[in-house]
Amino acid sequence: MDMNAPFFEFGLFGEGTSLIVAFIVGIGFGFFLERAGFGSARKLAAQFYLTDLTVFKVMFTAVVTALLGLFWLSWIGFLDLSRVNLLPSYPLPQAVGGLIFGIGFVSGGYCPGTACVAASTGKQDGFVHILGMATGILLFGEIFPYLSRFYDSTALGEVTLADAIGIPSNVMVFLIVVLAVLGFVAAERIEDWSAKKLAGER
Amino acid sequence: MTTIARTLGIKKILDWKLMLASQLPQPYWNPYIAGVGLGLVLLASFVIMGRGLGATGAFSSVIAAGVEQVAPDHARSSEYYTRYLGDSTNPLKDWLVFEIMGVVVGGFLSGTLAGRVKKSTERGPRISVRGRMIYAFCGGLTMGFGAKLARGCTSGQALTGGALMSVGSWVFILAVFASAYCVAYFVRKEWT
Repeated sequence: MDMNAPFFEFGLFGEGTSLIVAFIVGIGFGFFLERAGFGSARKLAAQFYLTDLTVFKVMFTAVVTALLGLFWLSWIGFLDLSRVNLLPSYPLPQAVGGLIFGIGFVSGGYCPGTACVAASTGKQDGFVHILGMATGILLFGEIFPYLSRFYDSTALGEVTLADAIGIPSNVMVFLIVVLAVLGFVAAERIEDWSAKKLAGER
Repeated sequence: MTTIARTLGIKKILDWKLMLASQLPQPYWNPYIAGVGLGLVLLASFVIMGRGLGATGAFSSVIAAGVEQVAPDHARSSEYYTRYLGDSTNPLKDWLVFEIMGVVVGGFLSGTLAGRVKKSTERGPRISVRGRMIYAFCGGLTMGFGAKLARGCTSGQALTGGALMSVGSWVFILAVFASAYCVAYFVRKEWT
């Protein structure tokens, strides 16, 4: 098969059209986030009290779906994976950023994308969360000169888990899928356990 | 037009949808089905554009554009804001800005069809609206800062980088969950 994806990278359309694509992709993104229940902070936060693990299930189902799609499309020679934009890794600042982000997630109740869905479906706390986020981004921008050294530390470049562990890419894909499936089984059991515990308290 | 619609039964479906929307909100989709849908949107973005999804980057562009309006010299001299301002074109003519506008529309569309668009505040039974708003603002602020430090959020790092098996993205995912589980106990009054 002729390799012709990613379409934009192969010059099938220009910058102007790419913005229309962005808008349409965004509609799909927002639609499924809302369908999953991610316009509700209570549903999102329940993940961290083990009563409703929808966040984990949706996120890892999406990751596995896209992961397998990428793997198969590149395997049949349709998609050139080397032209798909892989962000460089900076594990230390990304770990610290993730820890700070997690505090914001459980206390604010949304992540940046879901806050938009919440606000657009009338949740006022979603709107306030967005205002907070904008303030946090501004704060980061203002003190960036003091953070830039840490921000650029532990630069590993574009590196995948397969590279880091030293195993073939397809083995890594397989491992992630297996882990996800085990995670789903565990998630269903934890939800059952929480439901029983709650019923017992009543 | 109406005749055609009636013949096809479309009008009936529309009436039924509207009636439903004005009454009870529909249940959310099965998480695995919603997850596959989300994954296919992400995959489509990779195939069409060669890039994944994002959210925080859109806000960064808006903030950078705002700072440029208020204090042009300050914005232009900042190593950080200039990343989002580009050379001369409008910083809001950006892929992620358009994508996030789509997210707002898509969320509203889904919510409307399911009868879930309602002016409300999400909170547990033990916290006031005012208290919840303070948490939402502070949580948002913390999150915005963390997302910038991590070079992305749950969309740009966790979903996109996760599917590409990026090391930094998986470090980010583990850090987010670890931290949120540790902090959950201290903010339990907000949700439970």
